[in-house]
Amino acid sequence: MRVLMTLLAVFASASIARAEDAALGQLLQAFAQRTHAHSDYVEQQFLKVLNRPIESRGELRYDAPDRLEKQTIEPRAETLIAAGAVLTLQRGSHRHVLQLADYPQIAPLIEGIRATLAGDRATLERLFHVDIDGNVEHWTLELVPRDPVTLQSVARIRIEGHGEELSRVEIGQTNGDRSLMTLRPSTAP
Amino acid sequence: MNRRGALAVALWLLFLGSASLIVLRAHYLADLSAFLPAHPTAAQQLLVDQLREGPASRLILGAVEGGDAATRAQLTRAFAARLRASDQFLAVDDGEPVTAERDREFLFTHRYTLSRDVDAERFSTAGLRKAIAATLDELATPAGALFAPLLTRDPTGEMLGILDTLENTPGPRRDAGVWTSADTRRSLLVVQTQAAGSDTDAQEHAIEFMRQTFAALQALGPDSTARLRLSGPGVFAVQARSRIQDAAVRLSAASTSLIVILLLLVYRSVPAVLLGLMPVLTGALAGIATVALGFGTVHGITLGFGITLIGESVDYSIYFFVQSRTGQSAAEEPGAVHTAAVRTGAGLARAQRWRRQVWPTVRLGVLTSICGFASLLASRFPGLAQLGAYSISGLVAAALVTRFVLPEIVPAQLVVRDLAPIGERLGRALARVRHPRALLLAVGMLAVAVLVVHRDSLWNRELSALSPVPAADLAFDALLRRDLGTADVRDLVVVGGPDLESVLRDAERVGVSLDRLVESGQLGGYDSPANYLPSRSTQERRRASLPDPATLQLRLRAATQGLAIGGDRLGPFVAAVTAARADAPLSGADLRGTSLATGFEALILHRGSTWNALLPLHALPGAEDRPLDTAALRAALATSAVPAATVLDLKQESDALYAGYLSEAIRLSAAGFAAIVVLLCLVLRSARRVLRVLVPLILAVLCVAAALALAGRQLTILHLIGMLLVVAVGSNYALFFALPDGGARPVTIAALALANVATVIGFGLLAFSGVPVLEALGCTVAPGALLALLFSAMGSAARTHA
Repeated sequence: MRVLMTLLAVFASASIARAEDAALGQLLQAFAQRTHAHSDYVEQQFLKVLNRPIESRGELRYDAPDRLEKQTIEPRAETLIAAGAVLTLQRGSHRHVLQLADYPQIAPLIEGIRATLAGDRATLERLFHVDIDGNVEHWTLELVPRDPVTLQSVARIRIEGHGEELSRVEIGQTNGDRSLMTLRPSTAP
Repeated sequence: MNRRGALAVALWLLFLGSASLIVLRAHYLADLSAFLPAHPTAAQQLLVDQLREGPASRLILGAVEGGDAATRAQLTRAFAARLRASDQFLAVDDGEPVTAERDREFLFTHRYTLSRDVDAERFSTAGLRKAIAATLDELATPAGALFAPLLTRDPTGEMLGILDTLENTPGPRRDAGVWTSADTRRSLLVVQTQAAGSDTDAQEHAIEFMRQTFAALQALGPDSTARLRLSGPGVFAVQARSRIQDAAVRLSAASTSLIVILLLLVYRSVPAVLLGLMPVLTGALAGIATVALGFGTVHGITLGFGITLIGESVDYSIYFFVQSRTGQSAAEEPGAVHTAAVRTGAGLARAQRWRRQVWPTVRLGVLTSICGFASLLASRFPGLAQLGAYSISGLVAAALVTRFVLPEIVPAQLVVRDLAPIGERLGRALARVRHPRALLLAVGMLAVAVLVVHRDSLWNRELSALSPVPAADLAFDALLRRDLGTADVRDLVVVGGPDLESVLRDAERVGVSLDRLVESGQLGGYDSPANYLPSRSTQERRRASLPDPATLQLRLRAATQGLAIGGDRLGPFVAAVTAARADAPLSGADLRGTSLATGFEALILHRGSTWNALLPLHALPGAEDRPLDTAALRAALATSAVPAATVLDLKQESDALYAGYLSEAIRLSAAGFAAIVVLLCLVLRSARRVLRVLVPLILAVLCVAAALALAGRQLTILHLIGMLLVVAVGSNYALFFALPDGGARPVTIAALALANVATVIGFGLLAFSGVPVLEALGCTVAPGALLALLFSAMGSAARTHA
């Protein structure tokens, strides 16, 4: 009897795993169909040294296969463009071009969001332990970095969404600081 | 041999001895300086300094190719590590973040000395509040988020400000930790040598060290298919030197042996051949010795040019041997009395006859050549002036030896083969050419037509046209530079002064003006040595503006009222400012070990008691191809009140340099040609005869220029010099054909044909030298000399027909 129960439990968990696997595949496939995404965002940062969160607003754009643009509008204008392995920062008249690989603090965040939007499962699973929860209507992806160096700064990334739209991206730092980005499909073209 | 003869021979031997000594002890140069002005303007001097000693001249670019990516990356890392351990290199960069950590630490530690925002205003209560509020705003942006961990130590955001002012280039992509070309087929590294680029010996040593180190590493590893390719100014200089030396040795050996074989076939006499080479040897020694004495150093390119003299100076002895044959004299001068019993008398007689009949024409030929080359002596460019000095002294020496020494040392019984039959055959072949005059006219008109069609693309107007580097190597270099993102800087502001402190102070002042241009969107950005190392006075001013801990704490409490961060959290900031107040001033030595040292040294030039700070300017993004608005720049500089600041457009400056060089060469060649015309008019005293000499030469030059244009070759200065040589060499032929007694005697034709073959061999070989400048010379003179002879002969035939 106990053996049977154990077996059942194993089968059950296996089927749950399969179901999760299928859901992730389905979700990423849906993302892979899209070549363009454009959202408005509001981001809050909760830092331990601060006595209140700081807030910023802007737009997030994605163009297949690998271009992600985060344009901060308030409190000050700054644009970050990740295209391939190159990161471009436009700050006023200053323009910095960086290698994504040189910035392990932000590379996984960008790669995580970009791979999700691209529906690139291989990259996603190479960089993170991926967990999916919920259904296609309302899902949550939990990404935990595999790289121990990255883990020293980023503990996990949670991406929530409805269908093919992202609604929340929460990044938890290892030191307890965190940021929360709330997204809405952009009304602009 | 009479007393005068003995004296001539003795003087000659003495000359050979002393010239050999000078040649052996002369100093030889193989860099581009042959083509740089001897008395440059200030801007040109800077350009020359940059080319010779500037940081760009010390760069060696390396590429590891072949094998698989992992092996290449591993090999490159190991290679870079070994090079870093050698003291021959100032910097070795293969994309590994060896200094990134140290760079960041240095900038962060010295942020209150380096940040341009630090002043008394910034550390007032209002200033602190403004700076901290701005930093908090920054935190909300992607870049600012990177600095969140530094917030309590750097709440005023100095680090971010410093990074904004420092130059930021993208750098190449990276695979397995090392720089990789865009096509991923090679890993890349950049090395800066300790030695200046103009120190070719040291560069050669460093390059050899790199190759051996790489070979040793490769022997350790499993993969032997990977190979190292090097490029850069030093590599080019070393290659050019060895190529020129190689060409000079190989080609002079080849052309000497070919000419010796030719002469042996013709003369059928070993002593005649050996004696015939005496004027050549003397001429070459005289040429080098004259240049060494007159200029102090001999340019490699002059040596390369020297071998061409073999082809021309051997002509004199050919005329001597062929035209002073005994048999000929007996046949043509029935009045001459000589018996077989008085052999020495016979030798002397024929030498005397040669002196009387042939020497005046040869002498006029030499004088014509001198007129052509003398104009080059006036050139501002040592390379051209050396060519002139070399040619004149070499030809004069060769001619004098032929005239005064050869007749004395030629054994009386020496008889070379009679070439009259060959001459007769050539003469008959020539006579078969129908309507030679019409043919010449047609050829000339055709050549002019081709030149008119190609008139806009005839001349190559870039300095690189003179480069001794083959086009394929330049293309590989350009490819590596594109991959490395180290494009050439085009515009600079240059600030001069008597010491480092003063040029740094002026660079800071100029920077204030440039900042305004950047803010108003007229300039993309700029780099300044003062960003890496501020002047002492600025450093002191910044330190003096830092408040003591008690004052700072008091101000912070007030400044952070209502902000998202409380003053009580900023203890690390107060500690950092307190420590910065006690810091010793930064000097260039403090930068060592960071990549900032390379950046700083690249922007400071030091020569004798003159210091120059360079501020490279960058166009606005997207406008990189358009030239900067230099008028706006100059106006902005005028407001900075730094009189020693100048705007320099390097590309324009170097092209102007070459354009000046080219137009000067054209002017000098024209003057040389005019001198030749005047000389011929004075000597020949007949417009008709002058034309007879000149028309074939002009036609030959036009035809060669047209042929080069048709072949798609753009003409450079070396082609121009080649044309001058065509006139100089060809004038000998033309003069013989223009002699009043119808110079087309068979033996003369034979002598000229032989001399012509020797010249064509000498110059023709240059066309295969692998040195572009020498190739240009070869492919102009070899066909030009041939045509000059042919046209002169045709002109003469036309007159005989008529």
